[in-house]
Amino acid sequence: MNTVAVIDYGMGNLHSVAKALEAVAENTKVIVSSDPDEVRKADRIVLPGVGAIRDCMSEIRRLGFDELVREVAVNKPLLGVCVGMQALLESSVENGGTECIGILPGKVEYFGDDLRDPKTGDRLKVPHMGWNQVHQAPMETGPHPMWQGIVDDSRFYFVHSYYVEPATPELIAASCDYGISFTAAVTQGNVFATQFHPEKSQHVGLALYANFLKWDGA
Amino acid sequence: MGLAKRIIPCLDVDNGRVVKGVQFVDIRDAGDPVEIARRYDKEGADEITFLDITASSDDRETMVHVVEEVASQVFIPLTVGGGIRKVEDIRTMLNAGADKVAINTAAVFNPEFVKEAAEKFGSQCIVVAIDAKQVSEDPAKWEIFTHGGRKPTGIDAIEWAKKMVDYGAGEILLTSMDRDGTKIGFDLALTRAISEAVNVPVIASGGVGNLDHLSEGVKEGKADAVLAASIFHFGEYTIEQAKRQMALAGIEVRL
Repeated sequence: MNTVAVIDYGMGNLHSVAKALEAVAENTKVIVSSDPDEVRKADRIVLPGVGAIRDCMSEIRRLGFDELVREVAVNKPLLGVCVGMQALLESSVENGGTECIGILPGKVEYFGDDLRDPKTGDRLKVPHMGWNQVHQAPMETGPHPMWQGIVDDSRFYFVHSYYVEPATPELIAASCDYGISFTAAVTQGNVFATQFHPEKSQHVGLALYANFLKWDGA
Repeated sequence: MGLAKRIIPCLDVDNGRVVKGVQFVDIRDAGDPVEIARRYDKEGADEITFLDITASSDDRETMVHVVEEVASQVFIPLTVGGGIRKVEDIRTMLNAGADKVAINTAAVFNPEFVKEAAEKFGSQCIVVAIDAKQVSEDPAKWEIFTHGGRKPTGIDAIEWAKKMVDYGAGEILLTSMDRDGTKIGFDLALTRAISEAVNVPVIASGGVGNLDHLSEGVKEGKADAVLAASIFHFGEYTIEQAKRQMALAGIEVRL
């Protein structure tokens, strides 16, 4: 029996991530844990996250999950979701500048208080909240296995005010448009991470989780 | 193409059953919340909102079970409102599987609660529900009412919305108490005034009687999302029909 561990560092709604994984898990046990030793034993790991990055990072560090993420990303599939994706970059401008785990090169930027639709000039609300189209990026090695069975430009559910800016475009696994074109998913080696919430994105989101449970990393 | 406007069916839940009153009287039973939520999910609802309209604590337990049950089967955002007064209430609902909570009366009596909630759980899960009634026509003015629209507070609705966003509200659920249950359409002037005053998404609510009302809410009211209850509960329209109609009106929706 395979196991997938959802890292519990006390922030936000981990239950919806666990429930969505359970809905698609065949021969996989879903555990939610705040114990790095237990998480370390799992075959696959999910780093979720909501809320403010500074609080997330301080809890991640306090519980030793920054070390764990660096260690497991070398040999196991790791999925970051929303703030759990942002935490994988080097730093974020949120909360006056926050150092993150830094396994992916790049930073996290703010949409700004005067975001506008480039065509109409209309002001766009921040947070970017709701269902937006995710454009899958053509990867050098062909379509990423995490997108298998998911139609390009499918709509996923987003809720965020900050977005990831990877240092190199090769990391971009998907993009999305909201005033600007921003990174909706990144990947490098065993790591895949999404700005949107697959657990709240109905059947396309569940398909992505099902793909993660089959993915053996790079 | 970009961000879609959302359609949010709202389930008023009383003692574990979905009900819908017309201006808070004449409550009709509309069925089992879990079954209805599943149907809306299949039809393409973008989110689902549950309003717990019961008062007793026993019935609150029932609501927690409803949320748990729905959250294990329906994978779209779920909001729960009604009786959210303490940090523990929020934690209970989020643990049950809700993604957001709507704070209404408690925000009016203790605005600091919104600040505390947003700091603890993040703005993304704090919706402030505003029940507003028009109190003057020229200049147009709306005031916040509590207790299902019975008690005036003297607070100006637009100023209140701005303050709640400053305090950390990530979204505003705006209900016109003049229109609620009337089926004559949203209060578009109110919706637009609030939507233009704040930089967070505004959900228009109160008064939907047909599908054109939904499009008006987005186009004229500048709402980011539209909420309706009775037109969906009693089988008058499906969510899918609503979305097709909005798409025909030139509104971007998730089909």
